[in-house]
Amino acid sequence: MLTKKIKKRLLFLISIILVTLSFLIFIYLNLKQNILYFKTPSEIFINSPIEGNSMVRVGGMVKKNSIQQNNKEIRFILTDYEKELIVVYNGTVPNLFSEEQGAVVEGILNDKKYLIADRILAKHDENYMPPQMKKILKENAK
Amino acid sequence: MLSNLGNFLLFGSIFITLSIIYFAYQNIKEKNIQIEKNLVYLSFFQITFIITSFLLLIFAFVFSDFSLIAVYQNSHTAKPIFYKIAGVWGNHEGSLLLWVNIMVIFSFLFFLFNYKFNKSYSLYTLLVQNILILGFLVFLISNSNPFFKILPIPLEGLGLNPILQDPALAIHPPLLYLGFVGSSIYFSAAMAAILSNIYGKNFASSIKVWVLISWSFQSLGIIVGSIWAYYELGWGGFWFWDPVENASLIPWFCMTALAHSVLVLEKRNYLYNWVLILSIITFISSVTGTFLVRSGILNSVHTFANDPARGMYILIFLSLMIFFSFVIFFKRKIYDNFYLEPVSKETFILSNNWFMMFYLATVLIGTIYPIFTQVLYDTKISVGPPFYNSVIAPIIIPFLIMMAIGPKIRWIKQKYNDFKSVILILILSCAMNFLIFSFFKSYDLLSNLIIISSLFLIIHSIKDFIINSKTKSYYNLPSFLSHTGFGILMLFIILNHNFSKEYDLNIKVGETKKIDNIEIKFQDLKIKKRENYNAIVGNFNIIDIKKNYQRNLNPEIRIYDNPQTLTFESAIKTNLKQDLYLTMSNIDGSDFYNVKFQIKPFMLWIWFAAFLTASGGLLRTFLKK
Repeated sequence: MLTKKIKKRLLFLISIILVTLSFLIFIYLNLKQNILYFKTPSEIFINSPIEGNSMVRVGGMVKKNSIQQNNKEIRFILTDYEKELIVVYNGTVPNLFSEEQGAVVEGILNDKKYLIADRILAKHDENYMPPQMKKILKENAK
Repeated sequence: MLSNLGNFLLFGSIFITLSIIYFAYQNIKEKNIQIEKNLVYLSFFQITFIITSFLLLIFAFVFSDFSLIAVYQNSHTAKPIFYKIAGVWGNHEGSLLLWVNIMVIFSFLFFLFNYKFNKSYSLYTLLVQNILILGFLVFLISNSNPFFKILPIPLEGLGLNPILQDPALAIHPPLLYLGFVGSSIYFSAAMAAILSNIYGKNFASSIKVWVLISWSFQSLGIIVGSIWAYYELGWGGFWFWDPVENASLIPWFCMTALAHSVLVLEKRNYLYNWVLILSIITFISSVTGTFLVRSGILNSVHTFANDPARGMYILIFLSLMIFFSFVIFFKRKIYDNFYLEPVSKETFILSNNWFMMFYLATVLIGTIYPIFTQVLYDTKISVGPPFYNSVIAPIIIPFLIMMAIGPKIRWIKQKYNDFKSVILILILSCAMNFLIFSFFKSYDLLSNLIIISSLFLIIHSIKDFIINSKTKSYYNLPSFLSHTGFGILMLFIILNHNFSKEYDLNIKVGETKKIDNIEIKFQDLKIKKRENYNAIVGNFNIIDIKKNYQRNLNPEIRIYDNPQTLTFESAIKTNLKQDLYLTMSNIDGSDFYNVKFQIKPFMLWIWFAAFLTASGGLLRTFLKK
């Protein structure tokens, strides 16, 4: 027979483990829902059927002479020198946003060639590029 | 000349540090109870050398001595003097020197305060701390020496990144460093406590003040950083769950947990092992955060110049530190034996630690998960802010309630019979929530619950404080300030989150646009010449038709000379009720200006509440019992 003290401790231990586990599951489920995939225009073209309304981040270069503005929105083409993606955006652009510069946009894909951006990520450094981007662009430019 | 002197001071510091390690070790082995005088002298020399080297670097920046690479790359003669000084820690080399400085200063002060306390404990702390100092000094000299020369000497520097030329960002690094690096001293003390087998209560009372100091500065650093992000990044938000921000938040959770559980150890001699673990992981998480951010492994919107060699060195140093600290920790085979009553201050403090560990786990998982998927599946992902919000927000509610009730519970055991006032306060908070609810538009259930629980915390703390102040005991003033401050912070963050409004438009000069009840008129553009940049100043007239007010907002596009950079400055009109926030940007001389206009309620209150929370820690440090 277990003594009362041990029983109490066991109960305590089990409840702690259960609580911890349920919290971890809670964290995990939320994590799965909120993942933003980072892709390049060609990756979007090749794989993945468009999942309805899921957010993505797309990185690439802003194509030369592609920026158009009207009184509603900004439109430009994001390229990784292989495939292109039309981006429509409404809002302010970060400091270093200009043609032939790298940019990362976050938003919802309408189809494989058209993205409605929520924001364009700022970069503090003109030479900066996410490490993954740098690699991909270098390979494609060859 | 300056470079030689600087290098001399740095090498001198290494030599002194080595001798401190040697003499401290010899001194520990000796049987006498006295600490040798020469260790005090050596520590004094060490602090003098290292501070002088830092002053020397400041001197080099102020007088623009471009023979140093660090100065050449980060300064310019035309820069205002304030930013010349801020430039010292605006780069990797200088900030690392600041890092070492803080380690040495904390080491010296801790040694001085605990000089007569317990010989082997003080000496072990000094020993471990100096091993850490040595590690960072070697790092400093070997691949990030701020006193490196450049030949031939350039006539002009490259200038500091304009986005860093900002008062908030000038004081942000030193504040954050005092927190980050300040945690090194209780890491060392924890090692020393294990090695010298000191009694738990004594350990707790010797580190308590240092935990509070580092906690307060860490909090201030985080606040100032987010104020900067608020007005400089131009997104109108103040917290983005960016890896850099998370890296500062994770040690903050550890410190908060530690600042609470150390009280249990001091009072009741419980939780010794837990306090030791917290002391160890606080500093480890600080260094890990620095490593992840500086090495460029984490993908952040903020960027630091990064260099793989640096990352490698910190990684090796970090691994050694983790390995040895845990070897030492597991050598201690003493198990705490304790029994906690369910209703006692101890239990409530422990619940604080549970919450902190939960938040820590959440933020940690969200921050490093992308690294794992990158390595394991080669998919590049980032974890969006909604993850943190949806995980953390619901757990805030019980946390706030516990925070309200906890401080009043007595140590050891109490029969809780305060239900009447708790229910009364709960009803009052619900009523206030209902008022807010009917005054503004509706918001979701979760926001309702958070608002109720934060009101509950605020009212409960105020009630407790008034009852306590009748007996003229102001000892709980600091915890009152921090807890109430936190309640106010949560309240206004939720209100701000629910009632912020945002309008995006593309507009030409002279045009007027009307959205909802707001009329935005782009009146004109002016070009102005300032000290080290040219500014294109927009003049916007905002008219709220319904509430019948109008404001002028003047956002700027700045063109800095050195280095040539463009920045967009937001225009903010602040009052007690709300911030009007407007940024404008322009792409390559097009006629259209992209304008983002936001109404952010209660921003001033959020800052105020955050400072209030941090002030509690500082006050406790200086308040004697």
